[in-house]
Amino acid sequence: MAYGDKVIDHYENPRNVGTFGTQKEIKESTDIGVGLVGAPECGDVMQLQIKVNDDTGIIEDAKFKCFGCGSAIASSSLATEWLRGKTLDEGLDIKNTEIVEELSLPPVKIHCSVLAEDAIKAAISDYKHKQEA
Amino acid sequence: MGVTLPMYLDHAATTPCDPRVVETMMPYFTDIFGNPGSRNHSFGWAAEEAVKKARQQVADIIGADSKEVIFTSGSTESNNIAIKGAANMYAKKPAGETGRGHIISAIHEHKAVLDPCKRLEKEGFDVTYLEPGPDGLITRNMVEGALRDDTILVTIMWANNELGTINEIPEIGELCHSKGVVFHTDATQWVGKMPTNVKTDNIDLLSLSGHKIYGPKGVGALYVRRRKPRIRLTALQEGGGQERGFRSGTLNVTGIVGLGKACELCAQSMDDERERLLELRNMLESMIEKELDVVQVNGHRDKRLANITNISFGFVEGESLMMAIKEIAVSSGSACTSASLEPSYVLKALGVGDDLAHSSLRLSFGRWTTKEQVEYAGNKIIEAVKKLRDLSPLYDMHNEGIDISKIEWAAH
Ligand SMILES: Cc1ncc(COP(=O)(O)O)c(C=O)c1O
Ligand code: FES
Repeated sequence: MAYGDKVIDHYENPRNVGTFGTQKEIKESTDIGVGLVGAPECGDVMQLQIKVNDDTGIIEDAKFKCFGCGSAIASSSLATEWLRGKTLDEGLDIKNTEIVEELSLPPVKIHCSVLAEDAIKAAISDYKHKQEA
Repeated sequence: MGVTLPMYLDHAATTPCDPRVVETMMPYFTDIFGNPGSRNHSFGWAAEEAVKKARQQVADIIGADSKEVIFTSGSTESNNIAIKGAANMYAKKPAGETGRGHIISAIHEHKAVLDPCKRLEKEGFDVTYLEPGPDGLITRNMVEGALRDDTILVTIMWANNELGTINEIPEIGELCHSKGVVFHTDATQWVGKMPTNVKTDNIDLLSLSGHKIYGPKGVGALYVRRRKPRIRLTALQEGGGQERGFRSGTLNVTGIVGLGKACELCAQSMDDERERLLELRNMLESMIEKELDVVQVNGHRDKRLANITNISFGFVEGESLMMAIKEIAVSSGSACTSASLEPSYVLKALGVGDDLAHSSLRLSFGRWTTKEQVEYAGNKIIEAVKKLRDLSPLYDMHNEGIDISKIEWAAH
């Protein structure tokens, strides 16, 4: 599989890798939302965490980890870059097609970008859930 | 010392031609170009002489008589002639009927054995596909357990191409001979690397291929036993009656000369080469096992060819691993050409889980593989796995003691 330059760049220098603590610590922090999603097509797993300012509703930081192909790694790395500084609503507006376009993903790699969109949605919904609880 | 990239560590797929082989072949393209079937002039005789010499060289490396060597286009063809030819010759009932006879093979054979077997199933034969244990070996006992009164053919490879594991071939051969069952072995990965004697190893039919042993592509041979017992085959390809009628068609003289030379060279260096490659492989495996946890060498640890290793790396994804080591040519355990990854059926047969099968690499060394290359590859792999594990949420969970199989993923 030949990869585009942007995929290779994110793969070789992934942005914002990591977590905001152990699984347990994160469960207890109400300002953190976690999205953990898996792709049934290939068994790949993406974990996206957002740290939200409770007062402004702005995503101040985002981190990811990914067990997946180069395109999945690049999609999640890109998602963290895009999420930082956005409001929750703006975050929900990120579409997988924009990721496909930015990274020039081939058709067989579209589901990798879907995984990233799903991870964003799941992380935001997790944060909202915690706020309501 | 530096290494040149890209680096080739995939000798189980194919090998470069040895320059000495190429040199031996050259005159047969232009000067000694005759048809060995031309019996009435010197051009034909010279070609025939060359084929005769090559036939002896091939016979010598497997302990056969030169009359027992049939030249083919490679192991795929040899397997087809042997398996279909023997099944049809020794069938209990004529074509068109069912219950024509029983064949024993194994589920992790090469496709060039499995597909002919599947064809024969459609043509009225029964096939039992033996299943190995986690070590990947097929033993005499497994074959014995599957034998039936109507078993006519056993076909078990000598060494597995993905794992390098070595089956109990002489023992299975002895069993077959004691029961009067024809025994074929696909020895593509074995011949040229390990001492072979078809007589004492009780083999009736053996396939070998030029391009796995530093010879040219598109040429191979089939050994067909002539005495005790004499094996007969129904020919697949009919025509001029060359190769004792088993394989009609003008002989590929250049290829055959190259195959012969390749066999001669392997025979000369086999023992030293095996020791050298074993050292390199042990070095690689211990480097990796020292630096990384959750790795697994697939297949039997000792009963393996010296030049092949197949290693799975937990918690890294195969395609991204291949991407990280893209200047090193190896094979991966999954055919990840599209989004729907197919884990290797060979690893599956050993009970290796899909996750570990996806993240496995087969490295296979050869005549020009150096210590520097193997060290470079080992370090590169270790670095890549570490990097990908830093990225892997599954590795974190593993380290936090979370059972990954129990996680409920968000709906996708
Ligand atoms: C075990 C085994 N059998 C058969 C083959 C096919 O050999 P050939 O390419 O000579 O047809 C190969 C090589 O791919 C092999 O490894
Ligand atoms: S996430 Fe499945 S292949 Fe990329």
